[in-house]
Amino acid sequence: MNQLGFPILTTLIVLPLLAAIVCLYLSAHAARWLALVTTFALLALGVLLWANYQIGGAQWQYTENLANLGAFRWAMGIDGIALMLIMLTLFLMPVCIAASWSSIEHRIPEYMAAFLLMEALIIGVFAAQDIFLFYIFFEAGLIPMYLIIGIWGGNNRIYAAYKFFLYTLLGSLLMLVAMLWMVNHAGTSEIPVLMRTDFPPEAQTWLWLAFFASFAVKMPMWPVHTWLPDAHVQAPTAGSIILAGVLLKLGGYGFVRFSLPMFPEASSLLIWLVFGLSMVAVVYTSLVALVQRDMKKLIAYSSVAHMAFVTIGLFAFNRQGIEGALIVMLSHGLVSGALFLCVGVIYDRLHTREIDRYGGLANNMPIYSVLLLLFTMAAVGLPGTSGFVGEFLALIGSYAANSWVAFVATTGIILGAAYMLWLYWRVVYGTSRNADAAAMPDLNKRELASLGAIAAVVLWMGVYPESFLAPMRDDVGHLLARIERAAPAGDAQLQRGAAPAAQSPHGGSEHAPAANTPAEGGH
Amino acid sequence: MIDSFALILPEEILTVSSIILLLMCAWMGDKSGRLITWLGVGALLLAAIWVPGISGSGGIAFDGLFIGDRFAAFAKILVYIGAAVAMLMAMNWFGRDKDFRAEYPVLVLFATIGMGMMISAGDLLTLYVGLELLSLSSYVLASFQRTDTRSAEAGLKYFVLGALASGFLLYGISLLYGFTGSTLFSGVAQGLADGVSQGELFGIVFVLAGIAFKISAVPFHMWTPDVYEGAPSPVTAFFASAPKVAAMALMVRVTFEAMGPATDAWRQIIIFSALASTILGGVAAIGQRNIKRLLAYSSINNVGFALIGVAAGTREGAASVLFYMAVYLVMTLGTFLVVLRMRGEDGKPIESIESLSGLSRTRPGLALALAMFMFSLAGIPPLLGFMPKFFVFEAAVAADLTWLAAVGIATSVIGAYYYIKIVKIMYFDEPAAAFAKSDDHIGTGLLLVSALFVSPLGYGLVEPIMSLSRNAAGSLF
Repeated sequence: MNQLGFPILTTLIVLPLLAAIVCLYLSAHAARWLALVTTFALLALGVLLWANYQIGGAQWQYTENLANLGAFRWAMGIDGIALMLIMLTLFLMPVCIAASWSSIEHRIPEYMAAFLLMEALIIGVFAAQDIFLFYIFFEAGLIPMYLIIGIWGGNNRIYAAYKFFLYTLLGSLLMLVAMLWMVNHAGTSEIPVLMRTDFPPEAQTWLWLAFFASFAVKMPMWPVHTWLPDAHVQAPTAGSIILAGVLLKLGGYGFVRFSLPMFPEASSLLIWLVFGLSMVAVVYTSLVALVQRDMKKLIAYSSVAHMAFVTIGLFAFNRQGIEGALIVMLSHGLVSGALFLCVGVIYDRLHTREIDRYGGLANNMPIYSVLLLLFTMAAVGLPGTSGFVGEFLALIGSYAANSWVAFVATTGIILGAAYMLWLYWRVVYGTSRNADAAAMPDLNKRELASLGAIAAVVLWMGVYPESFLAPMRDDVGHLLARIERAAPAGDAQLQRGAAPAAQSPHGGSEHAPAANTPAEGGH
Repeated sequence: MIDSFALILPEEILTVSSIILLLMCAWMGDKSGRLITWLGVGALLLAAIWVPGISGSGGIAFDGLFIGDRFAAFAKILVYIGAAVAMLMAMNWFGRDKDFRAEYPVLVLFATIGMGMMISAGDLLTLYVGLELLSLSSYVLASFQRTDTRSAEAGLKYFVLGALASGFLLYGISLLYGFTGSTLFSGVAQGLADGVSQGELFGIVFVLAGIAFKISAVPFHMWTPDVYEGAPSPVTAFFASAPKVAAMALMVRVTFEAMGPATDAWRQIIIFSALASTILGGVAAIGQRNIKRLLAYSSINNVGFALIGVAAGTREGAASVLFYMAVYLVMTLGTFLVVLRMRGEDGKPIESIESLSGLSRTRPGLALALAMFMFSLAGIPPLLGFMPKFFVFEAAVAADLTWLAAVGIATSVIGAYYYIKIVKIMYFDEPAAAFAKSDDHIGTGLLLVSALFVSPLGYGLVEPIMSLSRNAAGSLF
């Protein structure tokens, strides 16, 4: 069956589902512990999954084909990209549960059940090998998220819950029609086969647009991003973490898994659309983030800007761009999750997200300030943190594709530094403006453990990204092999220079400084 | 001739038993209501066993007047299930106020015979007789609570509009007969094979209008909200379930068998009706405050989606319609089982949507069940309500009607709004007064079964049900 001898992917889905059902019948305290234990058990299974993943082995590993469900099959399997995203999910889930430990006060069993259900569905999205099974998991995630925002959210939660639900539903339904057409055309609903199928170019454009409608909303791309700030601001802390950390990655994953390999010609044809929207997103949402008074909203807008780096990198049609985009996805999952957690920490103490209510936290919350600084720097893209690796690679890739896009995107890094550092300055430095803010205690052990764990991974990814890139390398290669025939000509006209043979063992290092210069301008 | 009588055995069983039961309630009075209900369920069970086409491929009776094929078998079993559940749910609902009269199960049985005739009709006149038997029983059922003016009003409205629709249908039948020279479906199809003349086109339009009234497809839906609201809740549940299945099966049979050669002519009518139903069913439901009116619009909406499968005009399309109606039947009955439990502390039925506020805290189990039905009706996976929509759209795409699938699917977002509004009211709002506890164990059991059916566990049944519907649809071609 697979290298572990049992259907581990199905286990990863079924286990949290069962725990969710049990949670509903437990007391608040028992439900918390069950959820925490389950998420840790799943993380342990995830470590097993990663440890046994054969880098350079088969493209699809841990494949399962357990049941026929009428129009589709319960077919599971992962490649390196899915593996990394599953690991991200499994890693963030215990953090989410810990973040809700005492800040959620009512209907705790239902809350924990919703999160466990969410976890099962997200893993299902990444592990599904049947296009309709993928769709079911993709769409089903709406239900728990709708409930999480609507029941445990802030004051304006109901509007936000509706907006989230209907926006994303409309996007994904068009995708379903496209899927039906594809399966009807190709005669199979297996994703690996569809990824090798050449659809007629004239149909590709329509199919691509239908998928784009869904993924652009999930991503979210400008101008369909407006659900995100509302959902983030109203969701409870853990809801924001899972939303920013994992759910936003579904869009990027969709581009990698469907849009690019299945419709290379259309991707190439419509590259202007992606680049145009991404460039607007980078600049516009960064500017919007600058003027926010609400911390969560600021981070939400910064997420839109960061996700634009993902789309730019993915549609660069080269290795650096795609690998960079994937690392940005992982890094943003960690960093924005951590930033929302940081906001949650002080929100739990003061019950406000107004930036102006805080100030001078460095005095009374030194440990918190240090960790927040690290995550701020990671969000800005300081070398040594995970943010740098991804953005740098994505910009190199985009420079090769289109130097104007790289230029505009790089201004986003400058603006990113501006709004993040300004936020940090207003919240942490200076003198205390309010007595209640000055009296807040520093992190407790639970908060320290959560933030410390994320910080460790952020540094790990920043210092030695190879651990994360290695499993994905072959899959990026497969993707490139599919899309290279359609790759549009870049405007950068990069050429291999006549470097002395002994000095430069790395091929293509000549163009790195070219993209490097504007990239470093932001730091 | 003997064969013919064997093929209509279920109808014979139901006819004889409903006459016996009618006599019984005349002699034994209203206190025999429960006994007669159970006997009625027993009669349905007995009839279900003898439905032709379950084991073999069935056959044609009375020289084509009556068709007992696998298609009819599938639809009849659904109708019998719907009728049996409608009887059982009424028993405890009426029983509280001692206003349960023993005619109720008998009337449902008569309606069921009519539905069986509709499903098996091979001739325009069999069709008409079946439809009228169903309609007349339905008019009486709608006004079953004699003391309630709303119920009487519902019955009268239903009767007046229903009579008009019957007129349409008869006019269409006479036109088709006049221009094709036959009332047999096969004869009509032969007459249409050489091109559709003006008169035949008119006939097709009027016949479809008559049937569209029964399935409450736009623009013949006007009666639905009023009748659903006014009729006693178990009767509404019955109207929304079994007759919809029967009329939809009839629609499929008439369009595919009788009008098969004129597919291009009726397809545009069906497409218009389908899209208009999904849009109107979605938009008009948004402002509703009464749960029964809301469910009326919900059934209009769902019928629109099922019609997309009819518009496909293929075997896959017919199979998807059967599958749609099977799942729709369970979702609707499940939802109404919850609605029947909406009673205040004084035992009076409540129908306002606001009374569901905060149900998740006062009655978590009931709220969970209703939330599942709502998400399922909205077609959100992983609930089973996603699959019928999926198959319908798949059939449309396979029939080169991708645009129809795209537009239809986009309209389902409108419907999703009011379904999730119910969930919002139950889960996000502050609790209203709690409903009285129910001691209806049969209802609880049925509710549990239907909730499990629409839950993700139901996906295990998709393959068997779908292969049965494919098989059933095969007998139309």
